[in-house]
Amino acid sequence: MPSITRLSADALAQKLRSGEVTSVEATQCHLDRIADVDGKINAFLQVSADDALATARDIDARRAAGETLHPLAGVPIAVKDVVVTKDLETTAGSKILEGWIPPYDATIVERIKVAGLPILGKTNMDEFAMGSSTEHSAYGNTHNPWDLDRIPGGSGGGSAAAVAAFEAPLAIGTDTGGSIRQPGAVTGTVGVKPTYGSVSRYGLIAMASSLDQAGPVTRTVLDSALLHELIGGHDPRDSTSIPDALPSLVDAARQGATMDLTGLRVGVVTELHGDGYQAGVLARFDESLDLLRAMGAQITEVSCPHFPYALDAYYLIMPAEASSNLAKFDGMRYGLRVEPTSGPVTAETVMAATRGIGFGDEVKRRIILGTYALSAGYYDAYYGSAQKVRTLIQRDFADAFAQVDVLVSPTAPTTAFKLNEKLDDPLAMYLNDVATIPANLAGTPGISVPNGLVDGLPSGFQILAPAKADDRLYRVGAALEAALEKQWGHPLIADVPELV
Amino acid sequence: MATKLVAYDDAVKRYDPVLGIEVHVELGTKTKMFCAAEVSFGADPNTQTTPVSLGLPGALPVVNGKGVEYAIRIGLALNCSIAETCRFARKNYFYPDVPKNFQTSQYDEPIAYDGWLDVELEDGEIFRVEIERAHMEEDAGKNTHVGGADGRIQGADYSLVDYNRAGIPLVEIVTKPIEGAGDRAPEVARKYVETLRDIFRALDVSEARMERGNVRADVNVSLRPTPQSPLGTRTETKNVNSFRSVERAVRFEIGRQAAVLDAGEKVVQETRHFHEEDGTTSAGRIKSDADDYRYFPEPDLVPVAPSRAWVEEIRAALPELPAARRRRLLGEWGFTDVEMRDVINAGAIDLIEATVAAGATPAGARKWWMGELARRANADEVSLEALSVTPAQIASLESLIADGKINDKLARQVLDGVLAGEGDPAEVVADRGLEVVSDDGPLLAAIDAALTAQPDIVEKIRSGNLGPIGAIIGSVMKATKGQADAKRVRELVLERIG
Repeated sequence: MPSITRLSADALAQKLRSGEVTSVEATQCHLDRIADVDGKINAFLQVSADDALATARDIDARRAAGETLHPLAGVPIAVKDVVVTKDLETTAGSKILEGWIPPYDATIVERIKVAGLPILGKTNMDEFAMGSSTEHSAYGNTHNPWDLDRIPGGSGGGSAAAVAAFEAPLAIGTDTGGSIRQPGAVTGTVGVKPTYGSVSRYGLIAMASSLDQAGPVTRTVLDSALLHELIGGHDPRDSTSIPDALPSLVDAARQGATMDLTGLRVGVVTELHGDGYQAGVLARFDESLDLLRAMGAQITEVSCPHFPYALDAYYLIMPAEASSNLAKFDGMRYGLRVEPTSGPVTAETVMAATRGIGFGDEVKRRIILGTYALSAGYYDAYYGSAQKVRTLIQRDFADAFAQVDVLVSPTAPTTAFKLNEKLDDPLAMYLNDVATIPANLAGTPGISVPNGLVDGLPSGFQILAPAKADDRLYRVGAALEAALEKQWGHPLIADVPELV
Repeated sequence: MATKLVAYDDAVKRYDPVLGIEVHVELGTKTKMFCAAEVSFGADPNTQTTPVSLGLPGALPVVNGKGVEYAIRIGLALNCSIAETCRFARKNYFYPDVPKNFQTSQYDEPIAYDGWLDVELEDGEIFRVEIERAHMEEDAGKNTHVGGADGRIQGADYSLVDYNRAGIPLVEIVTKPIEGAGDRAPEVARKYVETLRDIFRALDVSEARMERGNVRADVNVSLRPTPQSPLGTRTETKNVNSFRSVERAVRFEIGRQAAVLDAGEKVVQETRHFHEEDGTTSAGRIKSDADDYRYFPEPDLVPVAPSRAWVEEIRAALPELPAARRRRLLGEWGFTDVEMRDVINAGAIDLIEATVAAGATPAGARKWWMGELARRANADEVSLEALSVTPAQIASLESLIADGKINDKLARQVLDGVLAGEGDPAEVVADRGLEVVSDDGPLLAAIDAALTAQPDIVEKIRSGNLGPIGAIIGSVMKATKGQADAKRVRELVLERIG
């Protein structure tokens, strides 16, 4: 039997159900693994060992008592630190929230707790989810398990690295412009950005409310489907939550694993392919297309003519919303409070001093951009125009999905770059999300599935579906995963270095 | 230095005042506009909060449907169009009583727009105020500045914030420029706010208690040389919290701005504060185009799209509004305009309506409430409602008189008993033995005694001079302690004398 930490969540859940393994054992194994390797990875900001073990004991007792439990009950999980957890410090990777102990749980955390998944801790991230490398965390870098000198992607580098390094079988991420999918691509893990509104945002510390969406980070497509079904579904506390029931995602993943894609129409997005993409990434992408074709899919090229404007629109809408969402961090009610070193101490000067010291450079950069974009006299030119572009991108998607069932592209243009390589070049950093951003602007779902290595580093294959058709991601993703695994004889993640 | 003022009468002779009034009303919903925190007056600080109304990280707003319904009620009562779809917007500014550092409000898409309200002035003249919009928003928390001289933020040692009020639903009603009021501008302003308050109460959307800040007015005033001139620069006097203050603030600003203009200076566009103690205003923040709230549509909320069917349902269920009710009652009661205005000004309209509903005649009800009861209330320095007598009791008093059971004089004694808590009029009559004596037996005995005692008067009457009959009746009334039916006494006296 492979080590417990190497099991997929689904495999572990089966062993828990059969009684072969207890949740306490599984949880302890993961806590031990964290103790062994997280010094090198720095995926966790907080490890909540006692609470995790208490949940595990409770689940073991309830299982022993014959209670019917959630399929994932007892399987440990890590939660990105942008998600609010009652009585467990939540900082969103920022100094300004250092020491903040929330008095309430996010809806998805509530669902995780009700289902009985031990929460191992909170994972590192770019401050307020602003970044593509996790280098903007106020609490240090997270390292990529495939190469410790490289970034794990961002903003959810902690969740992706934790899952890739076998510190957790499951993790929660959030994706505003690619923060689940791009880390998935560069760490060889699976990441899903669900349809906007299909997973509650209540308790997600907002960066850009109209773009943010929580989703699963796992090592297999089926695990993502299991977790997605657990956290998804209508929440009356989130006004933007979709009332419809989720499509059956686990069934779709199981169907995909049969490797039959007969009749499926796959569109390669012309604009997300070619210039700016690393040659090796494109090579892996083309090989994956061949596999899809071999399973019966029809591959065509589809143009989405407004996608080249997506990044520009994104960098107006996201900072605009963020500048307002982050206004609440002012030292008045919670978190850091800094008094000015000179001059009068008033609410205004305390707010200014707190924000000056509490926020990092990237956060300040976006607050300034967003404040400017919303200013009187500039609103129409910036925020207004960006919203029009957003509408055009939604139309591109609608037109494309009239022709094909799913769209595909490389998830990220390159494999993981070196730490510090792009830290001083924000525009180069922003380009990492060029392929993931359109789905956020349109509110449509996307998945990144690991599809091979380029010079020893993972690359990702992105599948995009129409809103509320998240099941298609799982069907196609699971098919590709199965075909690749068949080709390699083992899952890609088995190649990740041992670290100990 | 005292502010220079032009005498009011002089100022309005030479300048034409234009008003703009923004009224905020706190809605009487059970919970806040965007979360389930309870709303009630006087709770301990920061006990009526949720993560949402405290602006905690991650919390999200959800629109209170009742709040929307109340806003639509107000919009319809003000003859507004109701938007088919409208959005909330964020008004961004940093202030400790605004927990998110933005207020969730409505900006370019108000729920109600383009209405009007007819305001009845003291002399009965109707002045129409055009309504620009009525929009929904949330209230801020409340700062208390501790230490320092006067409880103001300047000089305070520290400040406390109570977020119980943060998130309470408000509707803000904004007028179009109110032109043509001339020298009656202060009265128009006061009557407009009073009329709105009455409407809020009639609609049952708010307790609308000025003293609790349920209704707050911001008053914009500008002057121009003639009604044909372009609008002058305005000032906005904030948070004027009583009817009288609204009138005084307008009056003061007219005098102050006239002095500024007379001196050849320019009125500064600014926010001003009103001072209850002396009726003056003083400069606050300079208001300029530099104020930039960076409004944008609230992405955490979906648009509010009240269906036409729902709007019509709300319209159909609207209660009768005060003005319509006054018109109806004027017709039903047959009072003169002057009588009706006195009734309204005395705050007696509800009491009279209830008294009539309990069976009294309108004239009878008016006579009691505007006469004897008004005198007693006045003597005790209390309102009519505060008297311990109900409209039903007044109606039954009236019916006892109509049935001849008591007369007016006895009725006052019965009222004394009712006010003293001795029960309903019939009980007081029984307990105090106040019923009119109309049994002929005891009356005849008293009449015979009176006739025997005054034979000279009997002679005069016999000879056809009915004048002195009053003296006989008076004696009988005296003998029966006022309980005799005077009309019957007269008949019996004439019978006896033949």
